[in-house]
Amino acid sequence: MLHIINKSPLTNSALDSCLRVAQSGDILLIEDAVYAAASGNAFEGKMREAMGRFKIYVLLPDLEARGLADSIITGVSPVDYGGFVDLTATNKNCQSWL
Amino acid sequence: MSDVKKFMFVNRKAPHGTIYALESLEVVLITAAFDQDVSLVFLDDGVYQLKKGQQTKGIATKNFSPAYRALEGYDIEKLFVEKESMEARGLNEQDLLVDVTVLGSAEMGELMDRQDVVLSF
Amino acid sequence: MSSIEVSSKSYETDEEGYLVNLSDWNKEIADYIAKTENVDMTDQHWEVINFLREYFEEYQIAPAVRVLTKAIGKKLGAEKGNSEYLYGLFPYGPGKQACKIAGLPKPTGCV
Repeated sequence: MLHIINKSPLTNSALDSCLRVAQSGDILLIEDAVYAAASGNAFEGKMREAMGRFKIYVLLPDLEARGLADSIITGVSPVDYGGFVDLTATNKNCQSWL
Repeated sequence: MSDVKKFMFVNRKAPHGTIYALESLEVVLITAAFDQDVSLVFLDDGVYQLKKGQQTKGIATKNFSPAYRALEGYDIEKLFVEKESMEARGLNEQDLLVDVTVLGSAEMGELMDRQDVVLSF
Repeated sequence: MSSIEVSSKSYETDEEGYLVNLSDWNKEIADYIAKTENVDMTDQHWEVINFLREYFEEYQIAPAVRVLTKAIGKKLGAEKGNSEYLYGLFPYGPGKQACKIAGLPKPTGCV
């Protein structure tokens, strides 16, 4: 299953809740959720932990827009819009956490 | 029927501050007409949607909370509440308007994985 | 905004003729709306109207036709809980038309 998150983990509980409820699968970080893919913030520890259970992707254009393209946490995979579409197609189902 | 799909509505917002809860309820009531396998999930602040005793007269908005009790008549009987969310808000099943099945996070995640369509509100 | 006039008092309705303020409703208004719908109100009609009012009072929504039919069957018996009977009373639909006469909003999901 693909989980799509679009809110910063530092202001919104969506990513936290996703990590608590979902047990495995793919997570795609878009819009303000891309801050979770950048190293050096207070959420990094949780992200590193999550990598054991999930494959984590980040939408690169959103990361670039925020000036963070060169601080991706090692192990998080950047994707472009085509990669976003591929993820929705290869997963059986998906949830956009609001 | 072979074309019945599993639909899950995930409710994560408190009821009156935003329109999400009411919109979700309306979509659920409409979906009921299509004879699909519908589950409702209440996570995080979404649990507050089911709190007993809501009175909206003072904020001059529609109190849609009694409608959750009508869901049974619409043959929507799969209501799930996440245990961790409920406990984090100091609530228990007796505080809720309707009968629900309480699931732990992991069970909830597995239930989610098994759906054909997941809609978030 | 549209309105209807009953006993020289004006009541606001939406463009389809549903009462805007549910608290405006009374039996006289119901009779008036029924006439505009070409429905001759009988005890059987009132039974459904009263049922709808009670349902709304309890759940704050107007039931979908399928739900109404089932609930009427449960409360008033199978000979009334079927679409033939209910559409016989309200040809334009026990949801749409009866709710209008009952002073309730159009049922959710009803087009």
